[in-house]
Amino acid sequence: MALNTEHELHKRRRSRNVGLGLVLVAFVALVFGLTVVKVQQGDLMEAYDHQPRVSVLPQEAEE
Amino acid sequence: MTDINTYDGAPEAEFRDFVALLKPRVMSLVVFTAFVGLWVAPVDVHPFITFCSVLFIALGGGASGALNMWYDADIDAVMRRTQGRPIPAGRIEGGAALSLGLILAGFSVMMLGLAANWFAAGFLAFTIFFYAVVYTIWLKRWTPQNIVIGGAAGAFPPMIGWACATGGISIESLLMFALIFFWTPPHFWALALFMKSDYHEARVPMLTVTHGRPATRRHIFAYTLVLAPFAIWLGLTSVGGPIYLAAAVVLNALFIHGGWQILRRDEAAAVADGYAVEKRVFKLSLYYLFLHFVALLVQNAAGAW
Repeated sequence: MALNTEHELHKRRRSRNVGLGLVLVAFVALVFGLTVVKVQQGDLMEAYDHQPRVSVLPQEAEE
Repeated sequence: MTDINTYDGAPEAEFRDFVALLKPRVMSLVVFTAFVGLWVAPVDVHPFITFCSVLFIALGGGASGALNMWYDADIDAVMRRTQGRPIPAGRIEGGAALSLGLILAGFSVMMLGLAANWFAAGFLAFTIFFYAVVYTIWLKRWTPQNIVIGGAAGAFPPMIGWACATGGISIESLLMFALIFFWTPPHFWALALFMKSDYHEARVPMLTVTHGRPATRRHIFAYTLVLAPFAIWLGLTSVGGPIYLAAAVVLNALFIHGGWQILRRDEAAAVADGYAVEKRVFKLSLYYLFLHFVALLVQNAAGAW
């Protein structure tokens, strides 16, 4: 059995790591693109901002 | 002690083994039909949203493929056609496929909800549930009608695509569902006629095994008859038009003719020419579905009714 510095197993493992890396990069690009499109379309996307949302508070009657 | 193997029992899969878990060939059908469903819908969708929606629908389909491979690993190990799949081949552990399937299912549903709308996302979740649980776990090993009811899972993608654009269901999307739903049984049974030994050994109740091959031939012909009116009807709705109607009439005439030829043959004649007619009708069925959806796209570009 020939001794190699790189086992065939490492080649398979690298294919997995590179593949997952590319998937993650693609996902980041996808979410960024979606954000740009949604904002351009003027979609109402209000996330929780750690304080009461003014838009959902009951209107106070103006005297 | 010349061989020290630290990784015993922990197979090192390649990336493409995980891709294979998602059944890329089935996915290509899902991508195409979902895209057509979304594209011909009367609501304009931004191209990037379209791309993302189709991608997440495909990912949901992939998730149900992984769940299917996890549950069916015992069957797959017996059948020649599926022995090379990652789990029976020992490259991926069952548990890994299960978790990949569950994670991708949840992920694709959430992302489709954010990209398109939550009705479409719920529909996708239902489709994954239907394929993984209703078809794979419940029906496939229990009834020879498995193909018929399971075909619904493959018929949902164009409806999900339509729902991404419109946020609902309408007669056009229901007819696109019917087109795939009634196409699936003759498509698969034609395959089963010339792949008989495999399903038999895996003890999957295929119609050919439980009710015999003459009965299967009758079923194939009957379904081509049922299918035709729905395919034509789709041409009379708002997504139809003269181009689609012409294509549908020709394709359905060919398909019914193929079903008739299969019906008129007996086993002896089929064995004599190596199932030539069955194989030809199976190939025709692939073109049948593909060209119907191509015709919808062409009709949409040329302007529907």
